Amino acid sequence: MKSLESINEFVIKFANVNGTGSASANNLFAKALFRMGLPVSPKNIFPSNIQGLPTWYEVRVSEKGYLGRRGGVDIMLSVNPQSMPQDVREVEPGGYFIYDSTKPLDLRLHRKDINIIGIPLTRICNEEYEDPRQRQLFKNVIYVGALAALLDIDFAVLTELVADQFKGKEKLVLPNIHALELGHQYVKANLDCPLGIRVRKSDKVGDKILLDGNTALGLGAIYGGATVAAWYPITPSTSVVDAYERYAKRLRIDPGTGRQNFAIVQAEDELAAIGMVIGAGWNGARAFTATSGPGLSLMSEFLGLAYFAEIPTVLFDVQRAGPSTGMPTRTQQSDVLSAAYASHGDTKQVLLFPSTPRECFDFGALSFDLADRLQTPIILMTDLDLGMNDNMSDPLEWDDERKYDRGKVLTAEDLDNMERFGRYLDVDGDAICYRTYPGTHPEKGAFFTRGTSRDEYAIYTERGEEYEKNMLRLLAKWETIKSYVPRPEIIRSEQQTEMAVLYYGTSEEASREALDYLAADGVHLNAMRVRAFPFNDEVEQFMADHEQVFVIEQNRDAQLRTLLMAEFELGPDKLKSVLCFDGTPISARNIRKQILMHLPGYNVTPLRRERVVGQGE
Amino acid sequence: MSYQQPKFRHPSLPVNDLGYTRADYEGAISTLCAGCGHDSISGSIVRACHELSLEPHKIAKLSGIGCSSKSPTYFLGKSHGFNSVHGRMPSVVTGAAMANRDLLYLGVSGDGDTASIGMGQFAHAIRRNLNMVYIVMNNGCYGLTKGQDSATADEGSASKKGDPNPFGAIDLPGLALQLGATFVARSFSGDKEQLVPLIKAAMSHRGFALIDVVSPCVTFNNNSASTKSYEFVREHAEATGTVDFVPMREEITTSYEPGHSQEVTMHDGSVLRLRKMAEDLDPFDRGSAMMALEASRSSGQILTGLIYMDKDSADLHEVLNTSRRPLNTLAEEDLCPGDKVLQNINQSLR
Repeated sequence: MKSLESINEFVIKFANVNGTGSASANNLFAKALFRMGLPVSPKNIFPSNIQGLPTWYEVRVSEKGYLGRRGGVDIMLSVNPQSMPQDVREVEPGGYFIYDSTKPLDLRLHRKDINIIGIPLTRICNEEYEDPRQRQLFKNVIYVGALAALLDIDFAVLTELVADQFKGKEKLVLPNIHALELGHQYVKANLDCPLGIRVRKSDKVGDKILLDGNTALGLGAIYGGATVAAWYPITPSTSVVDAYERYAKRLRIDPGTGRQNFAIVQAEDELAAIGMVIGAGWNGARAFTATSGPGLSLMSEFLGLAYFAEIPTVLFDVQRAGPSTGMPTRTQQSDVLSAAYASHGDTKQVLLFPSTPRECFDFGALSFDLADRLQTPIILMTDLDLGMNDNMSDPLEWDDERKYDRGKVLTAEDLDNMERFGRYLDVDGDAICYRTYPGTHPEKGAFFTRGTSRDEYAIYTERGEEYEKNMLRLLAKWETIKSYVPRPEIIRSEQQTEMAVLYYGTSEEASREALDYLAADGVHLNAMRVRAFPFNDEVEQFMADHEQVFVIEQNRDAQLRTLLMAEFELGPDKLKSVLCFDGTPISARNIRKQILMHLPGYNVTPLRRERVVGQGE
Repeated sequence: MSYQQPKFRHPSLPVNDLGYTRADYEGAISTLCAGCGHDSISGSIVRACHELSLEPHKIAKLSGIGCSSKSPTYFLGKSHGFNSVHGRMPSVVTGAAMANRDLLYLGVSGDGDTASIGMGQFAHAIRRNLNMVYIVMNNGCYGLTKGQDSATADEGSASKKGDPNPFGAIDLPGLALQLGATFVARSFSGDKEQLVPLIKAAMSHRGFALIDVVSPCVTFNNNSASTKSYEFVREHAEATGTVDFVPMREEITTSYEPGHSQEVTMHDGSVLRLRKMAEDLDPFDRGSAMMALEASRSSGQILTGLIYMDKDSADLHEVLNTSRRPLNTLAEEDLCPGDKVLQNINQSLR
């Protein structure tokens, strides 16, 4: 058997039991590599459960800077007997399977084509600790210490990290370092190390940060001036509001009075949550809610009201696998269509597709400017993968000169200087009308907001021509919106090509890696990352410029492709789907394989063992 | 169609402290059926706001869907209005109130909008003691869809169609008391002398104030077998007592014999004088209020008037400790922590 060998390019996966404190130890591992200057991409693959079920933590380490899922596992660290059979199978030939050898490995699980490495983690723990809770927690830290020896991780980086992690709780620093040493010493004394796969200090991280998208969104809401948050708990969006609250309590308490410059209301359900956001937006506060698919379904009636009555509304949709309850802790991009046309009647909703924590922050803050400027719901579409995993990202930045764009709002003085205010009167020709906040002027500017049809002066009407005029103005506004939403990011291939890929959100990293693989295969593709709906002119031009476009997305029904066909009246032949919807983030190998399958002229030889779309691992 | 009221008014109409006549508090001409109880309630709202000298533009009127929810168009034409989604007015008011604590929020709903589709939001607005007046125009039926029984229709009561309602009624004041409402009253659209002071008291109350107003539907539910008809309510209404409302600015001149009246100072300084109160009701005791309501109901009567009040309760803003400046007036300097703070946050993420 030839063992895998690599420095700074590999995939390691931890198989744990949830509720045992493994997450913080695994996080310690990933962050140590990050501090050694290595790009890392950790992903939690966890069950919808609090304690006792299998949970995995996969870390992509790539000095080349590939941050998407590659596919395949080079090193499996297995401390969960429940999932062991599956975990052994998943290791690449030549890879490494590290297990707790306190009990001998089931003979049926042995594989001749991989390295099997036993470390008696439970025994080391039991000899060292009396307290059962300590035994459980420190077992995780011990294996991180063991990995440090096996992979040649700088031990000083680990101890420094522990000291940072327990700042304020210094009593915990030494016991954790001791546990790291226990694992480290055992491996040094008993095993050949380091392995063929190992790490070495690098300088590929620069000033980057490691942050989850939900925290970045919460911060975006703080910086974007959101004062009202209304929400209902739902995985995987809950940590958006948690982060907003955490930072608001630090950064938004009035120094003079000690009072809150924000209000968070945990609503009775998602219907109420979006209702509160709309009420606050109507009344001139910047407000948002965060939810996931089931919440989006419940909110759709209100989204129609906000679209039709033109009320600034911000919704962060952290998508998960549907339909119905689906797989609540697995990722997907499957709310695209239901968000784009949310609500009955003719509606079109503005969507933003961030793909990094930095973009979550930027788009999060931008959502409030767009909502005020465009007077319509802004739905930011992120997903569990981006929202709940630490992602390497450009640092966050804020221009202190920046002013909030509150859009077209009339003051009392404006009202005094005008003849007659018409809430739905297109004064400027951009189909965006002026509005007033309640309480602005004693005599002028009051109007009735309603979900029923009305004329330009907000007076109820059932006259067909008035209704039609208003609906056409909303369509004209849709055209205006195209110039405000983020433009796509286009990457040209070094070689002339009439083929392209199109992706959005968390498919970015894996797609870009796949493009490199494909270029090596001799397949050259231009690429476009769509960042918003409505699609602006550049998206249209790009579609026109290519014969064949592969649309990469993480849902079954090729939802963005449908949207492209509907909005541009493109034929289905032009657009080919590359899909992944098993609840795990799409991988580069999977993308490469699917694109090659669409190209009969090319020689399809899979790189290694691979997953095909639709199959679980 | 909404019609504008003619602007011409009698020149000698009385003006209030702000120089406004009652006409300044009116809205568009009602499109409800002639004789609809809801129009009388609108009239009472107009009178209460005028007599309280409220600035019309500092009131926000919000509603759900249904005949009752159409009525905000017919009063307070200088106030912003919001006719939202069926049963969801409380959430819209919650958000609006969070955005600007300085306005007076007047929610108008119906029995379908509140006791059926909107039951959840009604309950939770009460639970949070949202600072608002919540008026239910309660006619026991769905008027806009031609008279189906609603959840507040009494068991055995029959609308124009003639079939007796087989289900028990949801009693909104009873439910509100159970949920912890801090101001609960019931009235009758045909009794302005009772309703107007109750609306004034509700508007001065800090916290959630419910007034359930029985408001007959002349078209579908005003027949002899209905318990929400004008005739039935007139015969069966049983007042808890009389409520006089004395605004903060007015000196109290009349005096009553001790033992017959009780005065309560509201948090805004105005005074409620309760007279001729029923002997077995202490409107400041939730338990007593629940007992009185139940006793009245079991004897086939409709208890009206002020049923319960807790004048010292903390509303949602107090609970959340939100800024006294309305959140919608805060700007970048209050809200945005700036790049320096962000760079420190970045540093903690490396």
